[in-house]
Amino acid sequence: MNANANIPSSTSHYPTATNVQKPETHTLSVLVDNEPGVLARVIGLFSGRGYNIESLTVSETEHAKHQSLITVVTTGTPMVIEQIKNQLDRLVPVHRVVDMTLSGRSIERELAMVKVRGKGDERVEALRLADAFRARVIDATTESFIFEITGKSEKIEQFVALMLPLGLVEVSRTGIVAIARGPDTM
Amino acid sequence: MTKETASTREMTGAEMVIQALADQGVKHLFGYPGGAVLPIYDALFAQKAVRHILVRHEQGAVHAAEGYARSTGKVGCVLVTSGPGATNAVTGLTDALCDSIPLVCITGQVPTHLIGNDAFQECDTVGITRPCTKHNYLVKRVEDLPRILHEAFHIAASGRPGPVVIDIPKDVQFATGTYSVPKEFPHTGYHPKVKGDSAAIKAAVELMARAKKPIFYTGGGVINSGKHASQLLRELVKTTGFPITSTLMGLGAFPAADPQWMGMLGMHGTLEANMAMHDCDVMICVGARFDDRITGRIDAFSPGSKKIHIDIDPSSINKNIHVDIPVVGDCAHVLEDMLHLWKAEKKQADKKALGDWWKQIDKWRARKSLAYRASNEVIKPQYAIQRLFELTKDKDTYITTEVGQHQMWAAQFYHFNEPNRWMTSGGLGTMGYGLPASVGVQLAHPKSLVIDIAGEASVQMTMQELSTAVQYRLPIKIFILNNSYMGMVRQWQELLHGSRYSESYSEALPDFVKLAEAMHAVGIRCEKPGDLDHAIKEMIDIDRTVLFDCVVDQKENCFPMIPSGKAHNEMILGDSGVSLDDAITEEGKMLV
Repeated sequence: MNANANIPSSTSHYPTATNVQKPETHTLSVLVDNEPGVLARVIGLFSGRGYNIESLTVSETEHAKHQSLITVVTTGTPMVIEQIKNQLDRLVPVHRVVDMTLSGRSIERELAMVKVRGKGDERVEALRLADAFRARVIDATTESFIFEITGKSEKIEQFVALMLPLGLVEVSRTGIVAIARGPDTM
Repeated sequence: MTKETASTREMTGAEMVIQALADQGVKHLFGYPGGAVLPIYDALFAQKAVRHILVRHEQGAVHAAEGYARSTGKVGCVLVTSGPGATNAVTGLTDALCDSIPLVCITGQVPTHLIGNDAFQECDTVGITRPCTKHNYLVKRVEDLPRILHEAFHIAASGRPGPVVIDIPKDVQFATGTYSVPKEFPHTGYHPKVKGDSAAIKAAVELMARAKKPIFYTGGGVINSGKHASQLLRELVKTTGFPITSTLMGLGAFPAADPQWMGMLGMHGTLEANMAMHDCDVMICVGARFDDRITGRIDAFSPGSKKIHIDIDPSSINKNIHVDIPVVGDCAHVLEDMLHLWKAEKKQADKKALGDWWKQIDKWRARKSLAYRASNEVIKPQYAIQRLFELTKDKDTYITTEVGQHQMWAAQFYHFNEPNRWMTSGGLGTMGYGLPASVGVQLAHPKSLVIDIAGEASVQMTMQELSTAVQYRLPIKIFILNNSYMGMVRQWQELLHGSRYSESYSEALPDFVKLAEAMHAVGIRCEKPGDLDHAIKEMIDIDRTVLFDCVVDQKENCFPMIPSGKAHNEMILGDSGVSLDDAITEEGKMLV
């Protein structure tokens, strides 16, 4: 090896090796035609090009227009995020790609259902914390609760962390959905 | 949009396929029949508008359609069956995607009720071809078929061109429906931007006018944009007086005979082109994509330049190299606007600075980076290409290639003055591309001289298409530079792997002359430099398919070369005397 071996290799023909930008997390809203295979196109793009998916939600949003909204949270350097948006935009059934993080005026929410098993003090404490977090009880037995909690991902993560010592046994999360503030639409 | 057809008619799905092809002006369809496309073959049988060309392998069908498309600027068409028919087409589809070639490939599929049942000759065609097409469809209802057929042509040809697959189950081919040519397409999200942003174009022209060491770096996008784009490029280059280089894909957009032409750039580009790229202060990239074979070491790529990038595909911009002025749009539109603005504002290049720049370029040119040691004993591959060029340059010639050393020598020594004359697999690097591609080119240009410059290893990958050429009496010339090695593999093994020629020597080559004769073609073998001219002339004069076995120096390497992990100004030249062991670092050996 040469003397510069401790410097990160930047000799590759391929661009990734020279990336010194810091990775960022972005939330992208992708408006697509609701047709067979459209989700496969989107996630195939991510896996095929080595991009990250941290969260993904999909649902039909406009039945009459056959449109679905895909919300995807991804991590990458600004150059990679730009690539992801351009690559998504290139897919034929993709109508629009909006970077909710860049626009800076978006609201992001996630829903989780949290199953906690326990008895006695722990059970009471779980219920009290749930109340503080405005989580609803949607199912209960004498030895368990299922809480429904909505909010930012951090809030859900905090709630989950608090429930862990109190008998948390299962979590199901929807992934993030996002929408821009104000009167304007996508 | 397509021309209006006479009527709205009832017909079967299979008939719709042929009707849509005819309405799209398709004259040739490259294909291979099988169980799941028999209804379409039945519909083909009854008509004369579309001529079917029977290949010997589905990969050959796709490459032939590519050659057809690239030499004409039209959409190439393919018809294959389900399962193995579709999977065999995948290499060609990927090749077309990498090189942005417009294709429509129709695949048969098992009947809809059997999809997902692991039926005979079933495969998930849309799943398999999703990442290797611009778009694809599985047609589940005959009602959707007319719209999809026409939309496929629209998508294949517009924007950045690419292959489109239409997978049609057999029951949909049999089903009857109403055929009409759609007036518009429901994919409202698909609107390629062709017109460049005027502010960006203005900024680009300002930057060009201030340039002291400018360079045009052009690519396949200029060819794809049409002959008009090449014309505009020529005019802009001439008006500005700037030097120009091109990628492998862009050869022919600017005439190689012009003094402003510096030759190809990149890994096996000329010294002057690569040095000028490295040292320039303004780079105008037109329809090229800063591919790794062009840039070499990324962080040392043209460090001091401001970069303008014209591309129809926004995802090509800032992908590998950060550019200062991106212009998203079709090359022809943007070049026209640039040229108009340059003239309207009476822009002048900095004559003094440009003169100095040209003097520097001439110094690099004087190094004669393409020089090789001539021989009277063995045919040097470079010499073979040079002679082939000299003896065919005044003819109406189209060149295809396979992939490897011969491809690079062809790019270096065969000079193109017109676009659409050079068909080579650039992005994917598909060995076996050239022979079937030449079949497609010859069909599109029956009176022209079509030559596949080949290597003996590559040509064996799709050798069977020789039979196709003979069947349709296509007088293609397959000019094999036979060095008994997978030459580029051998070269890399010499440079990077201590001359350990692992599996790169071909022990049992066919007798190509006898092979040609067995397939009812003509075989010519040439082993001595003195016989070469005569043999090439003989090849040209024979109005039949010719397999030319040109036996060349086994050990010749392709230079100049930017070794792996090196920058443009660190090229090695054939006669430079640089020890090859010193030329490549340990990290460099890790790269491909």
